[in-house]
Amino acid sequence: MSTTRRNFLKTGAAITAMPFIHALPAAAGAGDTLVAVTAQTINSLDLHRTGTNRASYAVAINCYDRLVTFGTKEAPGGGLSYDYATLEPELAESWTISDDGMTITFTLKEASFQDGSPVTAEDVKWSFDRAVTVGGFPTVQMKAGGLERPEQFEAVDAKTFVVKLDRPSKLSLPDLAVPVPFIINATLAKANATADDPWAMEYLHKNTIGSGAYKVTRWDPGQQVVYERNEAWVGGPVPSYARVIMREVPSAATQRALVERGDVQVAFDIPDKDAAELAEKLTVYSTPVENCIHALCLNTNFEPFQDANVRKAIAAIVPYEAIFKAAAYGRGAPLWGGSAEITDTAWPRKSPYDTDLATAQEFMAASAYPDGFETTLSISTDLASWMEPAALLIQEAVAKIGITVQLDKIPGANWRTAALVEKRLPMHLENFGGWLNTPDYYFFWAYQKDHLFNSSNYFNEEVEQLTNETLHMAMDDPEYAPKIKRMFEIAFEDLPRIPLYQPALNVAVNGASGYEFWFHRQLDIRSLSPASA
Amino acid sequence: MGARGTAIGLRIAQAIPVLFGVIVISFLLTRALPGDPAAQFAGAMATEESIEQVRTSLGLDKPLVTQFGLYLGQLARGDLGQSVSTGQPVIEELASRLPASLELTLFALILSCAVAIPLGVLAATRPGSWVDQLCRLLVTAGVSLPTFFTGIVLVYVFYYLLGIAPSPLGRLDFIYLDPPHVTGFFLIDAALAGDWETWFGALKQLILPGLTLALFTLAPIARMTRAAMLSALSADYVRTARAAGLAPRKVLYGYAFRNALLPVVTTLGMVFSFVLGANVLVEKVFAWPGIGSYAVEALVVSDYAAVQGFVLSMALLFVLLNLIIDLAYSVIDPRFGTSAK
Repeated sequence: MSTTRRNFLKTGAAITAMPFIHALPAAAGAGDTLVAVTAQTINSLDLHRTGTNRASYAVAINCYDRLVTFGTKEAPGGGLSYDYATLEPELAESWTISDDGMTITFTLKEASFQDGSPVTAEDVKWSFDRAVTVGGFPTVQMKAGGLERPEQFEAVDAKTFVVKLDRPSKLSLPDLAVPVPFIINATLAKANATADDPWAMEYLHKNTIGSGAYKVTRWDPGQQVVYERNEAWVGGPVPSYARVIMREVPSAATQRALVERGDVQVAFDIPDKDAAELAEKLTVYSTPVENCIHALCLNTNFEPFQDANVRKAIAAIVPYEAIFKAAAYGRGAPLWGGSAEITDTAWPRKSPYDTDLATAQEFMAASAYPDGFETTLSISTDLASWMEPAALLIQEAVAKIGITVQLDKIPGANWRTAALVEKRLPMHLENFGGWLNTPDYYFFWAYQKDHLFNSSNYFNEEVEQLTNETLHMAMDDPEYAPKIKRMFEIAFEDLPRIPLYQPALNVAVNGASGYEFWFHRQLDIRSLSPASA
Repeated sequence: MGARGTAIGLRIAQAIPVLFGVIVISFLLTRALPGDPAAQFAGAMATEESIEQVRTSLGLDKPLVTQFGLYLGQLARGDLGQSVSTGQPVIEELASRLPASLELTLFALILSCAVAIPLGVLAATRPGSWVDQLCRLLVTAGVSLPTFFTGIVLVYVFYYLLGIAPSPLGRLDFIYLDPPHVTGFFLIDAALAGDWETWFGALKQLILPGLTLALFTLAPIARMTRAAMLSALSADYVRTARAAGLAPRKVLYGYAFRNALLPVVTTLGMVFSFVLGANVLVEKVFAWPGIGSYAVEALVVSDYAAVQGFVLSMALLFVLLNLIIDLAYSVIDPRFGTSAK
């Protein structure tokens, strides 16, 4: 203990200490160490473990490699974003897809794990087998790309790895770029596996044994994670920061004070309110989360909402602008007042509705409920920061067309069961976002019968068919665009989900640059560099 | 000595049924929490079968009685189980977080007593004077300002505006490493290791959160000291002592104060246990890795093992605390004797 301690102080303190001595000029903040704060807590270093939370995905991203990754593009609203449209090599040097689209053959780079042993196709196979076997979230996510069984993966030789698909799908390759199929040092993992624990869950829970850009050298649960750079990384350009400290600070006010003073360089995932206020003083990136929509859902299992005119009346009375200001402080992207004609396949897209009392009254008069009705509007206490203001504004607005709404707050722990599993909430707010950024993928989860995020119990035969047809279809297929447009038309006509706005991921940066938004909504520290550099 | 030993032994024996009751109640109450932990930990996208897999791996598919039996067996081996939400054994987390909370609470209480008791005594000896008014002002302010508000104001003034205080980033700035673990109290551990740099580092981090909590706890202690001193000063024995011509100092500290200490110690015990639980807001503001935020987060996600471990450790702590307070009584006032129940 005492030797590591001394070493740490010798090597690290000189650099690390500087930003924290207030007497030094502000420029001292640019060093070899980045400090980032977030309110989220990391509860495991292994994404595949049962119970691993979202924040922990950051470890899989920064410490492990996948075969492929996404490219980079300019983000709407400033800064950079990952680019779903381009796939780039990470551990794979190249890949080929067979003519029938059923076999993908990867050639691996000359890479080594952080313990020095080479990365082989056997390691890739073991890691993929693990992801499809351990159950829970990783297995579900792998399935989305058509990767379900270990027999689908084959290590042909040391550098050649083959994935066999049951059917060609445009989702398969992108699904290999999400955080889940990360490549583990199989030899080391097996050495630490036991008969009860063949996948070395216990060992990987506390150790990072990948080939990625960083390794976790210190993890104090509930306090911090310290990353140190892997100098031998071949997955991409070597990162600028030698050490990154990710510190947990639950209070948004404290996060603001820290980043404003420049003692930390990044405040990650801050509330919309703080983002709006900080934006006047610092660089704040508020990137609309791709393929994510905050929506008002009308459950078609309940009588009044089976009436199309009622649904349209509500869509015409929702105070979109006020909700966007009060619930999101203007961070994100508006999703109302679009044109009625659908000319492209962009998603999320503006709905053709806008706040208009006269139209709403007309629809209401034409419905079977000209005198209105009573119902409940449910929200989750865990998501109260946006749901509560939105719900209150909706409650006030629909009263104008005779709909009396009672607010119903459901404890966070019950929300999933009530809203998504039992689907028993008549009117409620919902916020599904898909990792794989295609409209058909969104429709698959949110508009198809009995699927998890279809909390409105929506069923439309044509949508079922169109979604099934487009889900695996290549996006440049000539049939793709017309089918997607038709899906949009039906969705806006039937309105089981009324889009409110597209939420944003807010990141305040002071003294660092190169921030990039990712669909997984975690901080990718690999692209960050000191601002002056 | 023998008598005291027996008294302590008796007290500990009395605590056993209490603890068993706590174990049963915490077990049942956690199961009665709304929400399904299996669904919670399987993640939002989970399918029915993956939720079942999680349920089996958490052992929640067994009947309640079997689960309780298994839990008792674990407890007997000193194992509090594994927290699913933090991924750590509960006992390890409690061992690192409880000292953090205790250190903060004790520091705050010492700070608070150092101000509140003299203030209360002064206010009682000069009722209606400016000291009394000051006491009243502080007490009202301390009670009416919520801790998270005081905390944020202190951070804003001393860290953000003036830049005197260190970054509110928990127990130690990251230029220091934790002192070698002996007690888990950083001040004590650093002093034992002779590492004064870390000691000062830890002290600096303690000051603002300590002050926040001290302000909050000031009120009951100062009020109780003042009230107890007033009644002691008007008691017959003080009048007798004064009439006998004893020095005012001797009357005040030798007789009045000593008798007034009993209710103050009782209040201290109550305040201590209350603050240990109410810490959570201060912990959030100062990113303090304490036990309060741990328990709240575990509750929100229905993390059974963590909640049970927390309740049990708190119960143990309270039993211990009451024992210490009772022993303190007999030290302050020998009339209580050691057989006090």
